[in-house]
Formats: sequence, structure tokens, C-alpha cells
Amino acid sequence: MNEFELPPIDYAALAPILIMMGAAVVGVLVEAFVPRRLRHPIQLPLALLAVLAALTMVVLNLDKRLITIGVIAIDGPTLFLQGAILVLSAVALLLIGERAIERGGAFVAQAAITADSPDDRRQAERAGGAGEVYPLVTFAVGGMLVFVSANDLLTMFIALEVFSLPLYLLCALARRRRLLSQEAAMKYFLLGAYASAFFLFGLALIYGFTGGLGDRPAGVDFATIHSAVANSTQSPVLLFAGMALVSIGLLFKAAAAPFHVWTPDVYQGAPTPVTGFMAACTKVAAFGALLRVFHVAFEGARWDFTPVLGVVAVLTMLIGAVFAVTQTDIKRLLAYSSIANAGYLLVGVLAPGRDGLSGTMFYLVAYGFAVLAAFAVVTLVRDADGEATHLSRWAGLGRRSPLYASVFTFILLAFAGIPLTSGFTSKFAVFAPALDGGQAWLVIAGVLTSMVLAFPYLRVVVMMWLSEPGDATPTVTVPGGLTSAALVIGVIATLVLGVAPAPLLDLANGAADFVR
Amino acid sequence: MDEILTYAQAAPAETVSYATADGLLSSVWLLVAIPLLSAAVLLLLGRRADRWGHWLGVAAVGAAFVLGLTYFLGLRGLENKSVQLSLWDFIAVGGLHVDFGLLFDPLAGVFVLLITGVGFLIHLYAVEYMAHDPGRRRFFAYFNLFVAAMLLLVLGNNYVMLYFGWEGVGLASYLLISFWNTRPAAATAGKKAFLMNRVGDAGLAIAIFIMFATLGTTQYDEVFNGVGALAGGTVLVLGLLLLLGAAGKSGQFPLQAWLPDAMEGPTPVSALIHAATMVTAGVYLIARSNIIFSANTTLQLVVVSVGALTLLMGAIIGCAKDDIKRVLAWSTVSQIGYMFLGVGLGGAAYALAIVHLLAHGFFKANMFLGAGSVMHGMKDQVDIRRFGGLSKYMKITWLTFAAGWVAIIGIIPFSGYFSKEPIVEAAFAREGWTAWLFGGAAVLGAGLTAFYMTRLFVLTFHGPKRWTTDIEHPHESPPLMTIPLILLAVGSLGGGALLATSVPDWLTATAGLAATEEHHTVLPHLAIFFLAQGVTVLGAVLGWYLFRNGTAIEPQPAGVVVTAARKNLYSDTVNEAVFEKPGIFLTRALVYLDNRGIDGLVNGLAAGVGGGSGRLRRLQTGFVRSYATSILTGALLVVAAFLAVQAGWLA
Repeated sequence: MNEFELPPIDYAALAPILIMMGAAVVGVLVEAFVPRRLRHPIQLPLALLAVLAALTMVVLNLDKRLITIGVIAIDGPTLFLQGAILVLSAVALLLIGERAIERGGAFVAQAAITADSPDDRRQAERAGGAGEVYPLVTFAVGGMLVFVSANDLLTMFIALEVFSLPLYLLCALARRRRLLSQEAAMKYFLLGAYASAFFLFGLALIYGFTGGLGDRPAGVDFATIHSAVANSTQSPVLLFAGMALVSIGLLFKAAAAPFHVWTPDVYQGAPTPVTGFMAACTKVAAFGALLRVFHVAFEGARWDFTPVLGVVAVLTMLIGAVFAVTQTDIKRLLAYSSIANAGYLLVGVLAPGRDGLSGTMFYLVAYGFAVLAAFAVVTLVRDADGEATHLSRWAGLGRRSPLYASVFTFILLAFAGIPLTSGFTSKFAVFAPALDGGQAWLVIAGVLTSMVLAFPYLRVVVMMWLSEPGDATPTVTVPGGLTSAALVIGVIATLVLGVAPAPLLDLANGAADFVR
Repeated sequence: MDEILTYAQAAPAETVSYATADGLLSSVWLLVAIPLLSAAVLLLLGRRADRWGHWLGVAAVGAAFVLGLTYFLGLRGLENKSVQLSLWDFIAVGGLHVDFGLLFDPLAGVFVLLITGVGFLIHLYAVEYMAHDPGRRRFFAYFNLFVAAMLLLVLGNNYVMLYFGWEGVGLASYLLISFWNTRPAAATAGKKAFLMNRVGDAGLAIAIFIMFATLGTTQYDEVFNGVGALAGGTVLVLGLLLLLGAAGKSGQFPLQAWLPDAMEGPTPVSALIHAATMVTAGVYLIARSNIIFSANTTLQLVVVSVGALTLLMGAIIGCAKDDIKRVLAWSTVSQIGYMFLGVGLGGAAYALAIVHLLAHGFFKANMFLGAGSVMHGMKDQVDIRRFGGLSKYMKITWLTFAAGWVAIIGIIPFSGYFSKEPIVEAAFAREGWTAWLFGGAAVLGAGLTAFYMTRLFVLTFHGPKRWTTDIEHPHESPPLMTIPLILLAVGSLGGGALLATSVPDWLTATAGLAATEEHHTVLPHLAIFFLAQGVTVLGAVLGWYLFRNGTAIEPQPAGVVVTAARKNLYSDTVNEAVFEKPGIFLTRALVYLDNRGIDGLVNGLAAGVGGGSGRLRRLQTGFVRSYATSILTGALLVVAAFLAVQAGWLA
């Protein structure tokens, strides 16, 4: 008799992932079987509850440190990043679920119906807008949770696809400016598939490289790669080419130059709540994976990858900052700002030791809250044709609606890194360890580009406050409760993390231990 | 006779420590909180506060002054006259520790009194000056914001706090310069000030990072105690970066060009921010960091050179300007040059520079407000060629301006004599030929100052009337404007003697400004006195003689020197050629590449599209294929770079 014994699985540790995936499946069923009218009132609470439940499980798991369950690693960074993704996605869900600003919300159900046609209006009124967006978001969040906890490259690749595919679809769902939105989704999909191929090719090369370990079989789990970096007898060309290709796949998601080209188009074309979700949560996921790959798998080759990625970081900061100067569309401006921020985050990734790790994680959370609040304001500034994103339309907004202009000014000041905002503390948190680690050139580039970047931000501030409102200046819609909540959370987090960042920094620092 | 007593820096072995604030002094944070709260109220209440908002602004600064005075007197009984108050841990992670804390010592104390005292008078003046401006409430909100930020700057107990205040005053200054943003010149000037300040701020930020990297702290006491252990090169770099920051904020060479342009703002702004307080933040930074600067003689030489060069530049340009506020602005640049000269000389001259700073705060604020009063009566005319004979019409403005005039040129026994003369003497006390160089520059600067200030004074208040035709009878300003003028004039006349006798003693308790030692001047004390006074009188008499009969109302053909001075000694041209043009070119080139270049490589058709057309059209040029190409190029480069690293080519 062959007694087949299942390996013991710590289901509690996997619960956040299981909850999100389960909720997504339930969401699909709701879309299929529940009457149209009831879908939105069911889907939004369902998604939010799932996020909260997953978050609760993450908190309960806090004492479970440093364990691996097969292909999943539950350690400090996993829990911190999963928590970050869940909190930020909850805020993003508030934006996505908003139906008060525009009847039927920002999403389209049937792309064939033109915006503002009678059919479109009927659909918006009767059906409460499209509900597919919720399962897509929950699937994406589930994929991101796996992505940051993946313990081998193959799981990481699958998770990458799991959260990317819903994102491509989400980009195409904009109700207004639909062609822009669909074009953005198409571009994102093509280029994303392209980048995935690089990742997969790199994975294969790394697998070949680990074959040179005499005492253990080849594999793509991080422990094997880690020991192969030190001991493998295979040609190092395999390692370096593989490392380059894997990092390209990840840098694409992180929007680092020169793999950033999709970002402005996609950020502009996607529905604004989805843009906020991508800017906050996808950043966390992509940098979480980068941290794990470079701090665990390839750590032994630190002195080899640092100069190359350092150049990428400098280039990213430079391109983000310089291009932001000439942007005339607020969403594109924020896209370039997000690119520059990817550069600052890379500085943190390249800073050795736990200070670099914790600084990067802190930065991700701080930036996520600020960028969600920024896009929340963007959803509010609108005219009869939807959002007014051209910068010239924002002139004189301070006179029309001082409250929202002040909020946006505060967020821009945070992006510019003015002290007493999270932008200052988070830049500090990544630059200081980089300087300690002897990466002064990266810090100098960071400080200089952030000086450049302050200019476009302040240009918007000046435009809002010091210009007279013209006929074209749109009014700011009074936000519904959900957007207000998202906005308040984003602004308070930005302020608190700027004034008293110590608790979160401590938390990040305490979580900065990877399982190896 | 030829010896003067000087205060030198503390011996390196002596450690710097601050007591913890208790009792009355534990509420020192109120100094920052009160104006900040007032600014917040004014901004948040909006139009509802229009009727009484300005009085709230005045009251907030007045309250801060009274509090500041109380705290100042409270310091007297303390042993080392310095207390610090740690409010909360701002950043505490791993080895990093930044305190959100305040330090109140004699140096901070005199600054607090200057900022709130002179600030109060200028606020009072602005109530009337801005009476007809619809944005008066907003103006006072920014003004209060500035006062709060400036107080934070001087009260912080570490460099990060100083940086907060530093950015805050920069922001407030930017908002106030472009307050009249409908005037294109004001908007441009605001931008220029902002950008040039960023250059200096970058220096300060990098200096703070270096402190973290080498000393692991930014607390003043810990930094000062640790500087002795640093390598000479590190101290030099640190000091030069701090100097860059100071030069940006204080309008010193090579970042001086923004300050005169900043005069586009309302006159009270020029008086408070761009004459009395903010522009002296650089002097404060160097005086506060005196232990760093004293640790390296090369550094001191650089500071002295910057000061001497700027004081001469400012004075020369001041002689050739015709805009009353610009003359005063260049005069400010020049006078701050004296202060830099003072702090660069080190030792006792630190205290002397602070004395000059305080005295200058009084007489320059006085003259700016006087200029505002003149403009008020002359329908906002600023060209001194169109003034003349105003002494009969504006008696109070005339007399108070005269007080400022005799004070700034440094005639005995007015305040400039007591504050500037010691700096001249200290310059002569250097060793070797540099004593002659810097002493000579200081004396020459004094003569030029006398000349251009006399020119300004005579052309404005005396000589024939050269008014524009729309003015018949200029009127004196109302009491709310003249009372601050009178008070400041009294300060200008008598303040110097008072300050010169009391402040240096006070400042000895400030870290690093303690012990005394003796220095020899290369000339006898009496000879320097007669030389400086003689040159000053000569400059004043020459100014009076040349301009007693007025001047032409159109620009006259002039020689090389005057033309150069009219063009700000070509500093703008240099800035434009060195910074602006390449920056614009770089941006344009990159945008061109983005819009056309990459597409053009892939498909010639796309090259024609793009540019500044509408959003939709521009998006069409973003072909996926060109994106994919650039990703592929990037990928090839990254792989190649990794392989190159592996092959050791980059090692």
C-alpha cells in the first residue's frame, strides 16, 4: 500500500490570496446570475469586504515570519507589501465604485454603444454601469498578492500574467474618450506581452545557469538561484543575460526608462480610477518583485548589477523629470511624474541592506496614497464632456473651488518633496541608505532631478491659484461619499507620513527580512 | 592702539551642549505657531475674513514679538543662555534620527526680535499700503506664512528644521513676488527667484545629506562636536555647499541676479523679505555653522572673497540704476556682501556681521518703506529721474529717509558707523597682503555706498522737480504709514551704538562665538577710521555735487563701466548663456526626439505628425511599433551592459 501523504499546508498564511481569488470568482458568478440592477450594490461591498478580510488575515499572519509554502514565501516584506497592496486597492476601489459624480460611473459595459447616446444613458440609468470592473480588480489584486510573495521565477511569471491581463481589460473600459481608452489598452497589452516574453526568456537562461550546481537539481526558486550565483559551474553569460532579461520584464511593469514608453499613453487613456489603481498598486507589486529578485536571488551579484541598474535609475529620473516639464495634460504629467518616482524607487532598491529595503517599502506606501488622491481630484475636475484634463483648463481653479485646488496643491507639494509631506520623508528614506551604501551619484542625480521636477508641479500650482478663471475653466463636481473618503484618506496619509512617519518606518524596518 | 579685541571660535576640545527648555521657555514653539495659525485662518476663511483679516495678521506678529521679547529676557538667568526643546521625533529609523526640535539661544533670539519687531512695523505699514488692493487678506496670509517660516528657520535645532524653514520662506517669497501676477514682469521675476533659489537649495540639501553620511546626524550640537573629526576635504565640500545655499538665499555672487528683479513685488514685501530678513538667512546659516567654516581656512577665504566681490558689484551697479527700488535692492546685495565679508573673516567678525545685519534690517526697511511712501504719493512712479524736490511735500518721509541715508553710509555717530566700521577694521586685521585687498575693497565699497545713496537721496528729495505731467501735488502718506517710518528712523539713527555695545556680549554664549583673542591690523586703528570716514564723505560730497541740479530724464550715452553697470555687469547675460540656453535646448531636443525622432527612425511618415497639436492627434503618433523598438533598443543595451560587466569591461 502506498500511503500518499499530502504536505502540510498553512492555509492561514495563504488566506489573503485565496480570499481575493475566491471573491473574484464569486464576482464573476454575480455578473452571470444576478439581475443587472442589483449587480453594482452587491459587487462593490463584496470586493471591499474581500479586501478587508484579506487585510485582516495579513494582520493575523504578522507573527508568521520566514516560512515558505512551496512556491510562496511568507516573510516580512511579503506581509508588508501585501498589506500595502490591499490598503491601496481598498482606496482605489472607493474611486472605482463612485457612481455619484457621473451617472453610471466611469466605466462602459458595451463598447459598441457610443458615449452619451440614448442607449448609453439608458444603460447607465438602469444597470448602474458596468460591474465587470470589480471581478477584474479583485483578480488583479489577487495576482499582485502572489506576485510579491512568489518564491520562484515561474510563479512570479504566472502571477505577473494573472494581474496583467485584468489590467489590460480595465484600461479599455473608459466610458468617455473610448477610442483613447481602447487604444491605450491595446498598446499596453501588446507591449506587456512583449515584455513578458523577455522575462520568460531570462527565466529559461537562469534555469540553465542553475544546472551547474553539482549537489542539487536545477530550478528557478530563489534559494537555488542564490546558491547558483555563488557556486555554479555554468558560464556566467547565462546568469548575466538571464538577469538582464528578467529585470527588463520587471522594469517594464515598474515603468523604468527606457521601458516606460507605454506609461503616458496608458495612464492618459485608462479610466482615471484605474489609472490611480495602476499607479499605486502596480508600482507596489512591481517593486516588491524587484526587491525580492535583487535582494534574494541575485544578491551575490550585487556589485555587477548595481552599475547597470543605477544607469537605468538615473535615466528614468531624468526622462520623467524632463518630459514632465513640457506636458500639457494633467494625466500625462502625473504619468511622467510616476516614471520619475520609479527612478527614485530604484535608488532605494539598489541601496544595500535593510535600510534600503525598508525605505523603498515606505516610499511605495507614501507614494501610493498621494497618487491616489491626485487622481481622485482629476476625476472631479470636469465639464459636460467628462474630465477636463488639459492643463490650460485648470487655470484659475483656485478661484472656482479653493478646497479642491488646495488639496491638489498639497498633493503636488508632496510630489515635489516639500518637507512636512510624505514626499519629503519618503525621498529621505531611500536617499539616505543609498548614500550610506556609497551610491552618492544616484542620490545626487535624484536630488537634481527632483529640483527639475518641482518646476512642472509648481507650474500647475501657480496656474491654479494665480490665473484668472476663464470661460473654459470647468467647475469641480461635488464628489460622492466614496471619492471624498478616498480623497480624505489620501491627504491624511500624505500629511501624517510627512509629519510623523516614524511608526510606518518602524513597521517597514521591522519587516525588512526576506526568507532565503 | 593698533590692537582690537576679537572673539575667536571655541577651542575644538570644548563640546557644544544645549540645556533642555523648561518653564516659560518650553512654550517657545508658540512663536512659530501663532503666525502660522493666523495664516491658516486667513487662507481658510476666504472672503469672510476680508474686513478684519489684516488686523489679525498684524496682531499675530505683534503677539509673536511680545512673546519673543519675554523669552529673550527669560534667557538672561540661564547659565549658557541656550535652551532646546524637542517636540517629537521627526524621523527615527535605524541610525537615522531627526528631531523636530527648536533651539533658542542668543543668536536665534536676536533674529526672532528682528523678524517680529521689524516685521510688526512693516505689517502695520502694509495695512495702509495695501488698503486699495482687493487681495489684501491673501497678502497678509502669505506675509504671516513667511514670518512663521522665517522663525522656524532661525529656531530649528538641526539642519533639517532649518531646511524646512528655508523652503518655507522660499515658497512665501515666490508667492509674494508674483503677488501681482497680472504683471508679466512680476510673474517672470517670481520664476527667476524660484529657479535661482533652487540652485542654492540643492547645495544645502546635498550638504545635509553629506552630514548624514559622514556624521550620522544633523543636530547642531552633534554636528559641531563631530566636525573636528572630519577630513579636511569633507569639511571644505560641506562648507562650499552650505555657502552655495547661503549665496542663493542672500543674493550673493554668483546667484545675485534674482534679488533686484524680486522688487516687482509689493513694497512691504521688498522691505521685509528682500531687505530685512529672508535675504539675511544666508548670513544666519554661516554664523550658525561658524564651527564648520572656522575649521578650514580655504573655506573662510572663499566666503570673504564672495563677500568682497559682491559688495563691490552691488555698489557699482547701484550707482547706475534709476529705479528707486532697484538701487535699494543692489544696495542690499552690497550690504549683505559686507555681512558675508564679516562672517568669512571669522572670530569676532561673526558678531560684527550680525550687528551689521540687525542695523541693516532697521535702516534698509526704513528706506524701502520710505520708497514705498514716495511711490504712494507719486502714483507708483519708481524712476528717480522723475522725482526731485519732494522734501517740501513729504516732510516725514524726507526726514526719515534722511535718517536711513546717514545710517547706511556710515557717518559717525549714526548706526552704520558702529556696525560697518568694525568690519572694515577686521578686514584690515587679516594677515599679509589679503588685509590690504579685503580692507581696500571694504573701504572702496563704503565710498561707493556713500555716492549712490547720496545720488538717490538728492535726486528724490532735492533739486528741481522732474515729475511726470499727471502729478500736481504729491501728498504725504497717512499716519499708519508714517508711524512705522518714524519708529524705524529712530532705530536707524540710534540703534547702531546700542547694538554694537550689547549684541557681541550677548552672542558670546552662542556655540562657537565664545573665547577672545587679539589681532593686529596692518594700519593703525585711527588711520582706518580717518580713511573710511574720508572716503565716505568724499563719495557723499561728490554725489551731492554732481546731482544737486537734478539729472536728465532720458538715459544718457555712457562709457564702458556705466553701460556694464546698467546691465547688471552682464550677470544676466552670463546666466542666460550658461544655464538657460542649454537647458532650453536640451528640453527641446528631447521633446523633438520623443515626438518625431523615434518615429522618424521607424517610419518616415510619422515624422510629419506630432508637435503641439491637440491631444488626440498627438496620441496617434505614439505608434506601438516605435515603442516596441525603443524597448527593444533598451533591452539590447541592458543585456549588453550586463555582459560587459560580466566580461569586466566596465571594471
